[in-house]
Amino acid sequence: MKFSELLEVSRRANQPLHEVVLVQQMLEDGSDPSETRAKVRFLLRTMLKIVESNYGKCQQALVGLCGENAHLLSKHEPRFVGEFIHTAMVAALSVAEANASMRRIVACPTAGSCGVMHGVVYALARVAHIEEERLVDGLIVAGAIGDVVARVASVSGAKSGCQAEIGTAAAMASGMMVYVLTRDGEMSCHAAAICLKSLMGLVCDPVGGFVEVPCVKRNATAVAVAVSAAEMALSGIKSVIPFDEVVEAMAKVGRSLPEELRETGLGGIAATRTAQRLLQGFMNRGDTNEAIERRNNSER
Amino acid sequence: MIFLGLLDILGPVMVGPSSSHTLGAMRIAKFARKFVATIPREVAFLLHGSFTKTCEGHGTKKALLAGILDLSYDDERIAESYNLARQQGLKFTFELADLGDVHPNTVRVRLFSDEWHEIEGCSIGGGAIRITKVDEAECELDWKYDTLIVVNRDEPKALMKILSCIDANIANPYLRRINVLQQKAVTILELDESKYDAEKLRKLDVVLEHYFVPRDQLLGR
Ligand code: SF4
Repeated sequence: MKFSELLEVSRRANQPLHEVVLVQQMLEDGSDPSETRAKVRFLLRTMLKIVESNYGKCQQALVGLCGENAHLLSKHEPRFVGEFIHTAMVAALSVAEANASMRRIVACPTAGSCGVMHGVVYALARVAHIEEERLVDGLIVAGAIGDVVARVASVSGAKSGCQAEIGTAAAMASGMMVYVLTRDGEMSCHAAAICLKSLMGLVCDPVGGFVEVPCVKRNATAVAVAVSAAEMALSGIKSVIPFDEVVEAMAKVGRSLPEELRETGLGGIAATRTAQRLLQGFMNRGDTNEAIERRNNSER
Repeated sequence: MIFLGLLDILGPVMVGPSSSHTLGAMRIAKFARKFVATIPREVAFLLHGSFTKTCEGHGTKKALLAGILDLSYDDERIAESYNLARQQGLKFTFELADLGDVHPNTVRVRLFSDEWHEIEGCSIGGGAIRITKVDEAECELDWKYDTLIVVNRDEPKALMKILSCIDANIANPYLRRINVLQQKAVTILELDESKYDAEKLRKLDVVLEHYFVPRDQLLGR
């Protein structure tokens, strides 16, 4: 299913996009739309809870290359960005670091890129004060955006690079932001397209293959990209290239990425001298899991 | 679970950091646990390929053990599964191994309760898995179905008799001869619903053993 087809159905049937998405899902797998909606609501509530329990906290990451970023940013009085972006970025870092520390997260759209959506969802709820059912609508549309990417390209860093993980997460987030304010599918789609274009070509280059560097911070910067794409779309700016074509282009870029730049930990940031040195240190130190065990025991 | 649908994209709820190296690994172990239907006394994991290189930084070993303990995928106690296993008196070992020409994220799980069993599987991305070996029988199960595994006498009409105990759509049947000398075969059936007559199956003369693995539940799907 192309995104333009969903929009077409929505226009013709004069039905909001999120309803069309639920019906489309029913046609494909026989699922009851109200049940699907309830599951999305459950995921939304879970995401909010996860942000709340990790917001601004220090974490004990498995490899130990991150863990204090959320804390630092939360203590910092922002100089350039407003409350919405600051909160969303802190939330994104918090959840990305929680993920790196074997904490519970919602893999939306993947574990490594989950901070982006947690961050934006949280700021929409707590800073923009969007009511719950609206957020559910928006999350459904975000899911449809991600689903189209997954079918045409992929949402796997190992397959298509980080553009497919962080890029997709940001596209979903910006589409959701526009949708909860406007209920305008078309406009949301422009936001997603602008966002994906901005992150196109992003390579997957995690140090040692572990989801810490540069993954965690990318979750936060992607929030800012998603917000700027959403603001542009809200102002009436359109993506010259339609979303579906952007996704196809992204898939092609993904296929042309060499293996070193697809989660192997061999290229990009992972291949730097510092990355190699840090990795050596980790290998020599061995298992950090004991530290996490201590953490969990002391919390109980 | 190879992303086709809204809830696959928006979820599941899981413990990080990696859907392939943490969640996928845990699912393979959990399949093994459900297969033996009890906490085994002993378990040995043979890690292959990329699992050998990146297991520490992905919490792969913890996740594998947590699967054997049958924790849920979003249980933060996964991080302390070593301790939990020790408390329950479960002996466990991890070995790095070369399992041959298999998927880079492959693990072989050997479990002992009353006897040894062996499950091999690979984590193919996004939390999706493939079970490639059940005891000696090769297969390709994605665990989207209830799975019925029958060790039976390798004789004509065996399959017919087994099928007569089942009242559900069969998604994928596998038949494998595992021991020609003992005339043993394995029949694996992926079922749409878990409607089968366990009593009748047990009583069949061709059936030597049978195992039932209910389909997997991922939170938020
Ligand atoms: S760099 Fe790779 S592992 Fe890290 S977030 Fe991006 S796609 Fe995921």
